[in-house]
Amino acid sequence: MTALRAEVVITHPTGLHARPAVKFTKLAKSFPATIRLRRAPDGEWVDAKSVVKVMGLKFRTGTLVELEADGEGAGAALAELRALVERDFDEIHG
Amino acid sequence: MAERVLRGRPGSPGLAIGPLVRLPKVSVDYIRPTIEQRGDTLLIREEVEPAVERDRLEAALERARQELAALAAGADGMGTEILEFQLALLDDPALIEDATAQMSNGVSASSAWQHTIYRQILSYEDAEDEYFRARAGDLRDVAVRVARALGAVEDRPFPLLPGAIVVDDDLSPSSFLALDWSILGGVALERGSASSHVAMLARARGVPMAVNLGEAPESGEGVLDGEAGVLVVRPDPATREAYARRLDERRLAQAEESAQLTRPAVTAAGERVRVMLNIDDPAAVSDALLDAADGIGLFRTEFLYLGRSSLPDEFDQFQAYYALLQRLRGKPFIIRTLDVGGDKALPGVSLQAETNPFLGLRGLRLCLDRPELFRPQVRALLRTAVFGPIKVMLPMVATAGELREAEDVFATCLAELLAENAEARMPPLGIMVETPAAAVAIDLIPADFFSIGSNDLTQYAMAASRDGSGRVAALNDPLHPAVLRLIGRVVEHGRASGAEVSLCGDMASDPAAVDVLLRLGLRRLSVAPAALGRVKLAVSRHGAGDA
Repeated sequence: MTALRAEVVITHPTGLHARPAVKFTKLAKSFPATIRLRRAPDGEWVDAKSVVKVMGLKFRTGTLVELEADGEGAGAALAELRALVERDFDEIHG
Repeated sequence: MAERVLRGRPGSPGLAIGPLVRLPKVSVDYIRPTIEQRGDTLLIREEVEPAVERDRLEAALERARQELAALAAGADGMGTEILEFQLALLDDPALIEDATAQMSNGVSASSAWQHTIYRQILSYEDAEDEYFRARAGDLRDVAVRVARALGAVEDRPFPLLPGAIVVDDDLSPSSFLALDWSILGGVALERGSASSHVAMLARARGVPMAVNLGEAPESGEGVLDGEAGVLVVRPDPATREAYARRLDERRLAQAEESAQLTRPAVTAAGERVRVMLNIDDPAAVSDALLDAADGIGLFRTEFLYLGRSSLPDEFDQFQAYYALLQRLRGKPFIIRTLDVGGDKALPGVSLQAETNPFLGLRGLRLCLDRPELFRPQVRALLRTAVFGPIKVMLPMVATAGELREAEDVFATCLAELLAENAEARMPPLGIMVETPAAAVAIDLIPADFFSIGSNDLTQYAMAASRDGSGRVAALNDPLHPAVLRLIGRVVEHGRASGAEVSLCGDMASDPAAVDVLLRLGLRRLSVAPAALGRVKLAVSRHGAGDA
């Protein structure tokens, strides 16, 4: 099976910061698939299950992010991670 | 010696006067490695055994995790979240990837840890975005905790002086949580930022804080003004006295407000006023505060729709209403039906883009247009009404026809539920008075009760939005006679018809406006939870000077 890819824009006003990074990696870890992310189109890929790496990307609001998943549950993983980003990590702000 | 004024940035509002006490600098010692160059590679050597060092670091990480978990158990919501973030960092193998490699090359656990973590701290300190720069503070916090567990940091006792202003270069969140803020006065940071976790904690706890003050002294007396972001060192007697007076006034006001909190709101003339709460997240309101209030005058059900990927169904909603109803123990409970549309979006609901969203498909209009959104909520409300005295309030109503349409939906759903042998009951149906149309022709709308939404009523009456530019924002004045006449009209109609009238906009939380509203004859206000004591105090003073 080939790896699946998806794109999503960070809309959370403070970007992929501390709490969002924790939520994102927790969700990623719930899937057996290998999951990576990078700044589209040519950033460096990092492990989506590592909070240190994910926050280390320092993605601000408006960043176009590419997700890639490979292995069991890859499709569901991409759909749910994307939805989490689109929901602004379930944070109420403003 | 003359006073010195250090100007920084506001971190958390509030005043403090007290001795300056510097937190002891954490000194970190580690074995100095020997470095040799062999060709292109640098070899770093210490007299250590790699396997032993890896175990030491693992043990130190584990100890740090346990300490953080214990600290998190004693913290409140926000403190816990911040510490959980630090825990997530410690749980991530990527944090020590480089350190592990260095230890294999003969570097001690302490050196490897310091080297690895400080490189990461530097990368955050150099970030463009202020929010990410502020995360360096969290990493530094973790760095010191692990170093201490490795025995590389000397712990020094910190003298706790009552009222002291804590001076530090950039206080760590876990140090903040470990200090006793019932005794200490405030925080003066030489660096730091208002976006840091420690500043958020300070604001949540009401601890005054100024940040980015530059080099500060470690002793002497100080006056801290968190709102202005200023620290006055060795204040002149006049300065000190001025701040002391402000501090006294503030303390007095706070004491009076908290004394009023648990008392019934009664005017100086002895008239009882009901002060209820506007609620978003029920979990954010304590039982004590619910007990102190005269019920809930506005439950914004949008809260149930936020932070989820699918719409809450009938049973999710019933559970939420039922749980809050139980906590209220028979006090009035007004639930507003879904109020979105226009500028307020909802996850999972696609809305048509409108050129003028505030005059578009909002509130009840949207619900009547989208039965799949409205019906589950109506059914949940009808089920809840069996268990207690709830009232249902419809937002953005302009005409009696809209109320009738909504009543039809309630009646149809009630008939369905009863046909399904479910227990259900029709609650009183009221409207929010937000459109000038509803206020002017209020006698034409036969609702069971009225609640004035003064924020929207003001913006529609004055044709001026609150977040407009200076000139526009100035026009958005809820105390303008035009708005007050609309409010007065609704109050008068309530008196004549016997329908209950309350007001749930922001002006009800403003003590100056409370006086005006009471003069207009309002006797029911619904306010932000944080304003309850303040509003009750304003009510108790109302009419005091009239005799």
